[in-house]
Parts: sequence; structure tokens; C-alpha cells
Amino acid sequence: MTHAPHIPVVGSRPQRPDGADKVTGRARYGADLSLPGMVWGAVLRSPHAHARILSIDTSAALALPGVLAVLTSADMAANFSADVAAGESHIDLQDMSRNVLAREKVLYHGHAVAAVAATSQRLAKEALKAIQVEYAPLPVVLDLDAAMHPDAPVLHPGMFTRGLPETPSVASNIASRLVMQKGNVDEGFAEAEVVMERTYTCASAHQGYIEPHACLASAGADGQIDLWCCTQGHFAVRSYTAALLGLDPASIRVTASEIGGGFGGKTTVYLEPLAVALSRKCGRPVKMQMSREEVFRATGPGSATRITVKVGARRDGTLIAMDALMEYEAGAFKGSPAGAGAMTIFTSYSAPHQRAVALDVVVNKPKVAAYRAPGAPQAAHATECLLNELAAELGIDPLDLRCRNAVTNGTPTVYGATLRNIGLQECLDAARVHPHWSAPLGPNQGRGLAVGFWFNHGAQSSASVHLVEGGKLLVQEGNPDIGGSRASMALMAADTLGIPYADVHPVVADTASVGYSDMTGGSRVTYATGYAVIEACRELVERLKSRAATVWGVEPSQVEWRDGVAIDGRDPSRSMSIAELAALSGRMDGPLSGQGSVNLKSAAPSFAVNIADVEVDPETGASRVLRFTAIQDAGRAIHPDFVEGQLQGGAVQGIGWALNEEYRFDANGVMENPGFLDYRMPVASDLPMIDTVIVEVPWPDHPFGVRGVGETPICAPIAAVASALNAAAGTTIREVPLSPPRVLAAIMAKD
Amino acid sequence: MGVQAYRAPRSIPEAVSLLSSEAGAFALGGGTDLLVQQRSGARQPGSFIDLKRIPGMLGIEQLPSLWRIGAATACGEVASHPGLRSELPGLVEAAGLIGSKQVQGRASLGGNLCNASPAADSVPALVANRAVLVVAGPEGERRIAAECLTLGPGRTVLGRGEFVCAIEIPRPAARQSDAYLRFIPRTEMDIAVVGAAASLRVDEGGRCIAARIALGAVAPTVLTSPEADAALTGSMLEPEAIAACVAIAQAACSPISDRRGTAEFRRHVAGVLLRRVILAASQRLAKEG
Repeated sequence: MTHAPHIPVVGSRPQRPDGADKVTGRARYGADLSLPGMVWGAVLRSPHAHARILSIDTSAALALPGVLAVLTSADMAANFSADVAAGESHIDLQDMSRNVLAREKVLYHGHAVAAVAATSQRLAKEALKAIQVEYAPLPVVLDLDAAMHPDAPVLHPGMFTRGLPETPSVASNIASRLVMQKGNVDEGFAEAEVVMERTYTCASAHQGYIEPHACLASAGADGQIDLWCCTQGHFAVRSYTAALLGLDPASIRVTASEIGGGFGGKTTVYLEPLAVALSRKCGRPVKMQMSREEVFRATGPGSATRITVKVGARRDGTLIAMDALMEYEAGAFKGSPAGAGAMTIFTSYSAPHQRAVALDVVVNKPKVAAYRAPGAPQAAHATECLLNELAAELGIDPLDLRCRNAVTNGTPTVYGATLRNIGLQECLDAARVHPHWSAPLGPNQGRGLAVGFWFNHGAQSSASVHLVEGGKLLVQEGNPDIGGSRASMALMAADTLGIPYADVHPVVADTASVGYSDMTGGSRVTYATGYAVIEACRELVERLKSRAATVWGVEPSQVEWRDGVAIDGRDPSRSMSIAELAALSGRMDGPLSGQGSVNLKSAAPSFAVNIADVEVDPETGASRVLRFTAIQDAGRAIHPDFVEGQLQGGAVQGIGWALNEEYRFDANGVMENPGFLDYRMPVASDLPMIDTVIVEVPWPDHPFGVRGVGETPICAPIAAVASALNAAAGTTIREVPLSPPRVLAAIMAKD
Repeated sequence: MGVQAYRAPRSIPEAVSLLSSEAGAFALGGGTDLLVQQRSGARQPGSFIDLKRIPGMLGIEQLPSLWRIGAATACGEVASHPGLRSELPGLVEAAGLIGSKQVQGRASLGGNLCNASPAADSVPALVANRAVLVVAGPEGERRIAAECLTLGPGRTVLGRGEFVCAIEIPRPAARQSDAYLRFIPRTEMDIAVVGAAASLRVDEGGRCIAARIALGAVAPTVLTSPEADAALTGSMLEPEAIAACVAIAQAACSPISDRRGTAEFRRHVAGVLLRRVILAASQRLAKEG
């Protein structure tokens, strides 16, 4: 019997399994689930950016008809035995608890102070007005200089700067100081023929996910809890919620809804512990959802930063020394991505002497959250813009400058790892031959080039595969699908088993239905969860071979698995299909399944090169991105559509950050633009088609060569756009965003 | 948050009576401002009086000497009307810039006027074209010039029970045209940082015999300047005359600094846009020949 050979599907572009649901509106997002008896939760938020809470009186609210429960920080666990692991980042539960519900102080305007559950949304909002909170307002700290001033009001009296040579005796708003270095920068600068030093700033930008946070919690009388929410990591939600409320994680079953964007911003909890606690109090399912205004006022944006970079080079453009002071706003609680910024800022370059000093600074603004390659876009903005300025100073082509100094395999990084199997040079080569790089420019137009780098992550993932009657495959994974990962899982499973893509049905399983998986973040899902799916499929193949061996009375090692078919190695005319083997389950050793659990300690680093063309209206400062090319090493593009989508999406977010997005606060720390009207993300008509080039330098540690692709795309665009705009306008603006008033002022100052 | 009533009167007297008698009654056109304000808590209407069922509130009528546009007519309809497109291209540009395509399916000129935002896109274009508003009220009907409607942000001269039922725009004479431009940092879905409109009329020799400019978002209400108009009248619309007009208009601006732009930026851009709309309107005239 002969079988049609399996045509490999990895690298093809089939329809995503969740596509029809998403375009028809059938997909269910965070706010789409309701339950019988459900009531509504709402959050009381601070009207002050910094104040001591003197008292909270909830009695009047509780007395209102229809109000079933009121929650304050007194209801949260007070002591935490240990910090919980959270993939890439370290979580301080004391801070997380105080961010979810303020305890001694409110630390930003919009900080949650209390929550209620009532029988309608309207009643819940009415009840908030009935809660009496007495505040003692404190002076607010709204920027880096104010926070680091010796006489600055201290946000956290118990916070002493970590990472200093001597333990400080005075509390500070500088949470930590981190130094990353290799070589000796002083020696390096002494050797240099040209030294340039510039300071670059970026405003805080929100991830801008379209779906506001939403959840539905239902606590049973027996302590079993169901929680439905939009999140990038439902296992993390389980861990955090259990820890914050002092519950057993095994009693909480979290289901991740479809997710309308996250970009790092849905890797923490805001509403989820409140909904669970309210449901436990009132015995009814509690639904909560944020308004867009709440999303802006109380969820994490990316850090505002000030980065001073100094480079020393020879006249021929060879970089010798690179030094940076990186100051990152963390918002109200420590934990900005300053460290990640310091680890990425010079990684693309082979200068032997490198140092980055990173400060994590608290201010009276919402606590920052991860935002796509956290900390790296701001760092790349500084380094890449300075290199473009250096190229102009030395009269060297910016691309030549990169090629001369690009890191190569075997280069040790400041953070310890040695780079291997990287694709930076291949990306630079692709930029050089791309027609965009040599296309002519018109008047008032400029071009910018920038390199981006992100580490990517591996870590823990689980997957199960189950054979269904007829030979179809069910794949259970534990990662919310934020960028097309279900399709990628199905493609890798199909090729591992040798079955058609259409026969694979991937599902994002809840925390009670699949093994633990770290959150969807760090560009890790296609890599690590994909690896777990492959492992599970391989285990299934072994069981299929073993079953065929039993049928034929041979040793399993004598059975070959090829193109979705078991073949008797001694008599290749004898074979059994996956469907035939599945049909034997009831008569033989039961259902066929496979399990994969991995903890990948390494991941493939990823580089990108971006080219941007910008036109400026010199009379108004308005600008327009005319052309944008994103080139990136994807290792191996499992589903090229989604790789291109990541490249395009990252470019667009970077363009928005570069040109118009920024948090604006008044003198009291009240955000002035908490909506998409005045927080100006780009709309479709603002953008050109983002051109993409996928470079493929396979990563040898993954069966298909996968390299994470989700975060690197946002690293270079700010620098590429800023450099292009400055070239077009004849300016040297080093602040982001390059909004029209700022650009016009620079043009007029120049004239 | 009170319980709202929704009423849809079928006649002007019925609407006037409801608006006069119901506590917290608000006239509802397309609702693209009012419903958003209600949801955000900025306004708390006791009841909505939907004006769209009243005959004459919807529709565009070409009369011998003027265009009559029902106050609740959707901007999308205005922007796609062939007659208006040819006679009042600047007004059409303004109506086609409000919000987004979806918003234009609902938003109306009457609403854009009565919301009384200094940044309303259609208002400078209406004022430059000397639009007159037909106002219904307890005392009967009255007509007011478009620029006289607003007293300041969110405030109008309309009394209790009054509403705008139609907008009358004189049909342009021969060799008369208009233009509208606004500045926003994006390309759509935004609110004007500055808006500028101009209507020009020239004689057979190309000399300007009538001019009217109007600026939005640079003062508490739409800005007109007879002195700036006068700088164009009698000129050949040469650069010096335009520069004089622009300088006078810029000096008359009293913009604020807010999250959408600084006063300095607004004043500068008002000048740039005003020059550009004058040129755009004069180019339209040149095309007409």
C-alpha cells in the first residue's frame, strides 16, 4: 500500500484556526462572557497623584440597595511568604498588592482605592460615590529630575537604592542602579579619535491594546474559583491572584479569553484579584471591565526615559568605546525595564569597551508594565540616532558604519552570554540590496536607518496532544494566542506527525486542562511552546509506532513513521494510517496522546534593520512616513504572514511612539489625554504599507530553527523615524515624540 | 445619573414644547457629541429630544438663491452631494473631515454648530460662506448669522426651547469659490488644532471683489475679521495682499495652549493655513476661468 507523501506545511500561509471566529465576531473576548446571577464590579480611583489615605468609610456604600460587597486593601493578604516567579521579570507581591489596591498611600491619579460589587453597572458606580475616603495630599513627583532631587518627596519611605557600592542610609526614589560593562570605557575613550555625547529622551507610551482589561470571576461556596479574563498569561494570573488573596492556586481555574492585544501590558493583574475577592464576599459571579480612561490612568505604559550616550570611534568609523547613563521612570512602584535597556543598548556593536549604567526611578504616575521589548526601543533610539549623527560627522554612510561595527558570532555580551548563530550581518546585507535604500528622495524628505536587538526568551511551556476519532489531532497549549501562535502550533504539529494542517485543531486550554506554561511574552511562544508541542507529537509518534508494532508482532524499533503512516520496516508494503491506528484504541491500549513539557534555558537572539523615509511640512512641523522597510531575522518563519504581521505591527507602534504618542500630565499629575482622541496612535491613513523582509538564519537549538519575532520589530523604528525626520527637516531633535509643535519650534530655531 | 427619556417629536411646535417643558431636555441630532458626552458624564441629559423625525430636519434643498440644509442632515450626505460639491467645495471639505466616515454618517452641521466647540470643522466654512441659521423656538422662527450662534466653548445664544432647524447658505455668485483646511497631527479621527476657511469672489479681471475668512480653534468662538477681509478686497490676491490679510488675522487670534497645541503653534499654523486656503480658493476660481 502506498501513501501520498506529506508536503511540509511549515513556511506556508494557511488560514489561522481562529480566523473565522475573529472576523465574524463569534470570538469571545474578556468582556463577552456572562453568567446567571452575575453582578458588576467597579473600582474607586484616587483623585490625587500622591496622598496618604487617612480613612476609608464604606458603610454608606454597603447600605445602598443592590450593593453586595465592598473591598479595600484590608481584604487583601497582608503578608507574602515569597515572591512569585514570573517568566522574565521579578514580581514584588507587596508592590503588586498595593498597586491592585492602595494601602497606606495613593501613588498616582487613578490608583485603585476600593472596589464594589452591585447588581448593575449603574448601581456600582453610584456606590463608588458613597465611599468616603479621607486623604492627606502630598507633593507630587512627576519627572526624573524631580524624583532624583536631594529634597524630593520620597514615594516609599522604606526604599533604599539597591546596587550602590555602599548601602545608603537615606530612602530614595531611585530604586536601583545597575551597571553592565565589558572592557574599560575610560581606556577606550582615551584611544578614540572622535568622541560624541548626546542626550535623548522618550515620553511614556501606552501599549494601546484595543481591548480594555476585563474579567469575570465566580467563587463557589466550596472555595473553587473560576476566573475568565483577557490576559497574556492565565497561569500567571492564577499565581498572582492566589498569592495576593492568600488562596491555594490549585483552587483557581483561569480561562484565558481571546485577547484584543496585549503587547506586554496584559502580563500583570489589575481587576482579576478584585473580581475574585468580590465574588468570594458576595457569592455571585462578578464581572469587571475597564473603560479606556481607566486603562490610560491606571495600567502600565512603557517607561519615559532619558538616556545619555557617549561613543568613541576612530576616524574610519571603528567604534572603540560606548557608554550610557540610562534613567527610566518606573511609575509608582519600582520595576522599570532599565536593566533590559542596559542589556540591549550596545549589544548590536562590537566596540570592545562598553558600559551602561541604568537607574530605576519611581514617580507619581501609573506603574509601568512590559511593553514589547521592554526598555529596548528607548535604548535603541539613543544609540542608533547617535550613530547616525556620528556617521554624518565622519562622512560615512550609516549602513557602512553599522557593517563595520556589527557584532559577530562569538562576541561576548555585557550580560554574559556569547552571541552565536546571529543574523545581523544578513539583515544589513538585505538592507543594502533593498531598493528602498537607494531610492531617490524629494525635497523635505529624509531617510533614517536603525538596528534593533532583543534577546528573546525560552522558559517553561507545556502542551498535550490527543488523537481524535478519524485521525485528527487536538493540540492543547497554555499560551493565549496573541499573534497567530495557534496557527504556528498547528503547522509544527502537522509536520512533526506528517498529517495535513487542516487535521490539527489547536486550543488554548485553561489552567486546569493543560500543564503549566509561562506567559505569552518574551517572544517565546512559537519557540518554547512550539517546542513542547513538537515533544508531545514525538511522544505520540512513539505510541503510534508501538501500537503498530503490536499489531504486526514486531519490535517498535522496526516500525518507521513517515508521512503520517506507520510502516513495517521489514515489509514496507505493510502500513497503517494514523486513522487506522486511532480506531484500534478501544481494543488495544486506550486513547493515544502525547505530552510535552520543556524549560528552555536559552533562546535565539534576534536582530532587525529598519529603513524609514519621512517628509516634513516645514511650515507646520507636520510629518508623514512615506516608506518603511522592516528587515528581521526570524530564524525560520513558521507562518510568514504572522511574522510579517509582527514586523508591521512593531513598526507601526514605533512610528506612533516616535511621532505623536505621549502621556501628558498636568502639574497635579492628572493625565490630560486619557483617550484615543488625544493620545494619538497612528490610524491606518497615517501609514504607508510597511514593507517587510524576512531573513532566515535558523536557530540550531529548535527543531524547526525558530527565533522569537514578536518584540524585535519595535526596537529600531523610533530611531529610524527620528533620524529620517531630522534629516528631512534639517534639525537635531533628540526628544520623542517628534510632534508637530516640537518639530516646528526646531525648524524656526534653526532659521 | 438620572433615567433618560427618549422622545421623537414629528413637528417643530411639538419639539419646541418638549424642549421647553422637560427638565434637562437636550436636542438630539446625530448624537456623535451628545451621546459621547453623556457616557463620559460630561453632560447628564434628562431626556433626549430627537429632531430627525421632523419634516425639513433632514435633506438638502437647492433654492434659486440659497442652499437649505436640514440641521440634522448627515455630514456624509453633505459631503457627497453633487450640487454642494460643485458650488461650495470648501464646505464639503469641512463636512467630510469631521470624525471619520462612520461618524459622518450620523454627525450633522446643526450638531457641529450647537455643540459650540471652537474647533468645529464645519463652522469656519459655514461662516466664510455667510450661512444663516433658521432657529425655531417658543416665540416662533428667527434667523441668526452662523458666527453669532456661539458665545464661547459649549455655550450658544439659543434660549430654552430653541433649536436650529435649518442652515441657509447663499448660493455663490459667478467667480466665487471657497476652501477649508485644518491642521491635525494625524490624517483623520482627530480634532482641529487650527481650522481655516476662505470664500473669495473676483471680477472678470481677477480682482477680488468680496472676501471672507474664518478661523477655528484660535479663539473661544469662530474668528472673523472684516479688516483681514478688507486686505484682500480690491487686490489681485497677490502675495503681499495675502500676507497682509494673514498678518491681521493672526494678530486677532487669541488661542489657548492645551493638550492639542500651544498658543504659539496655533497662531503660527493659523497663518500658514489661512494663506493656503486663500490660494486654494483662488486656484479654484482660476480653474473656473
